[in-house]
Amino acid sequence: MSLPKEEVEKIANLAKIALTESEISMYTKQLSDILDFVEQMNTVDTTDIIPMAHPLDATARLREDVVSESDQRDHFQNIAPQIENGLYLVPQVIE
Amino acid sequence: MHTKTLAELSSGLRQREYSSVELTQYFLDRIAKYDNKLNSFITVTNDTALAEAKAADKRLATGEADILTGIPLAHKDLFCTHGVRTSCGSKMLDNFIAPYDATVVAKCKAAGMVMLGKTNMDEFAMGSSNETSFYGPVKNPWDMNTVPGGSSGGSVAAVAANLVPIATGTDTGGSIRQPSALCGVTGLKPTYGAVSRYGMIAFASSLDQGGPITHNAEDAALLLNVISGYDKRDSTSIQQELPDYTADLNNNIKGLKIGLIKEHFGEGLDAGVNEVLNNSIKELEQSGAVFQEISLPHSHLSVPIYYIIALGECSSNLSRYDGVRFGHRCDDPQDLLDMYKRTRAEGFGAEVKRRIMLGTYVLSAGYYDAYYLKAQQIRRLISEDFKAAFKQVDVILGPTAPTTAFEIGAKMNDPITMYLSDIYTIACNLAGLPAMSIPAGFSDNMPVGLHLVGNYLKEAQILNVAHQYQQLTDWHKQKPVDFS
Repeated sequence: MSLPKEEVEKIANLAKIALTESEISMYTKQLSDILDFVEQMNTVDTTDIIPMAHPLDATARLREDVVSESDQRDHFQNIAPQIENGLYLVPQVIE
Repeated sequence: MHTKTLAELSSGLRQREYSSVELTQYFLDRIAKYDNKLNSFITVTNDTALAEAKAADKRLATGEADILTGIPLAHKDLFCTHGVRTSCGSKMLDNFIAPYDATVVAKCKAAGMVMLGKTNMDEFAMGSSNETSFYGPVKNPWDMNTVPGGSSGGSVAAVAANLVPIATGTDTGGSIRQPSALCGVTGLKPTYGAVSRYGMIAFASSLDQGGPITHNAEDAALLLNVISGYDKRDSTSIQQELPDYTADLNNNIKGLKIGLIKEHFGEGLDAGVNEVLNNSIKELEQSGAVFQEISLPHSHLSVPIYYIIALGECSSNLSRYDGVRFGHRCDDPQDLLDMYKRTRAEGFGAEVKRRIMLGTYVLSAGYYDAYYLKAQQIRRLISEDFKAAFKQVDVILGPTAPTTAFEIGAKMNDPITMYLSDIYTIACNLAGLPAMSIPAGFSDNMPVGLHLVGNYLKEAQILNVAHQYQQLTDWHKQKPVDFS
């Protein structure tokens, strides 16, 4: 199968990655090749097979709803690109 | 000194033949001397290493030492290390000083081990040759024109060149075992959930697993004793009594049933690798192991479905790199969307972008059932194949990788050929089974790896087979001459 260029542009937008024209044409070809390669999946009938999400089929553990971690906001914000008064700063969103 | 096993080093420390500070300085000197050509380390932590070694010497002096206290190690730069850059091989995290320790790192610290630094790796563990690292490729110590394999190529090359006695790695599709095969060292991927993933930077959460990279099976068992165990901070950690992985090393393997995977000895396997394995099988037969052929009928689908599952999970996991809370942020963003898009365009390399894009596609509306769900259904069939096989045999044996190390640059423009270098290892991650690669000989002077797969939580059993093999052979003691 060959992915249309517009589809690759749509994927890049969903993935929030800015691509150049040459990257778009490279990924259009490579992603099409990979999708061709995985096509062999469809040779297997998987009707009624339960999808396997976890190797040991474990379910999420529950725990008591109590505070178990200390507040380390300042420590964690030390490595942020931009902060002010304990808040993360990003470009203005609301005019 | 640098070719000693962990047991020998531990005994030397206890007998006061050398201190941990001396041992640490010795290996730091080797890194300084050799690593400029190998490029196996991203960060060397000289100062903290010597401070940790001093503390270890105190513990040794007061009799409060554990078996690995004072032993130097290196962590793959994917494990978060408090106060030390944790780059994951990416420009995205080039400035990321981890604010906490991964559980694996914390456990090694608590055991008194000394961290020499953080090793090079494929960017976000996405690669099979260590060529996708932002910090440049790692070289294979056996032939500097070839790759060490990936993604734990730095850890493996450092151990193979004796720059560090032992290292950690992670394995999502073969990232501990494939490079271990290509560089002639011992590497083990435990059962999914046996080693905590807390503080391991996520690639594909249902497949990722940390493990040891060592000179031999006994060393691997010793490190696994330190790093495994239940962790309440990892929601998929297994709750089990902690075994002693060294306990079964000396068991007799007479009568042990070893399965040979029919599908892994056919087309695609290099003739030289095949010949080495046939010799290994004969050697194991001499110790009484009994071989029989088994079939994993869906194994040819493991690479395609792995790429659907792993890349779907990767696209989700890597959405966190948005330039807001940590890591790279682009200059002068015009608005929020521009910041996200340029930050990610600048921070990620070509392979990571390719994988995020494909993962985004297979999870997007209208395609989820056809790709991700279908792949998860086949994942169950692959797991059932193994269950059927383990009703007939105790352990499964095959090649770790289809070829020996290939030349740097040979596969970089052909993603699918690169992906196929993990063809024999990937199924174990899909099923969650423990598996390891051990040195089995040489083909054209390059190391060949033997792949052993055990049933769930049977690490001790494959370690037993590996240890017995290493009593019979000395392939694991062969060292690259340029680093002697």
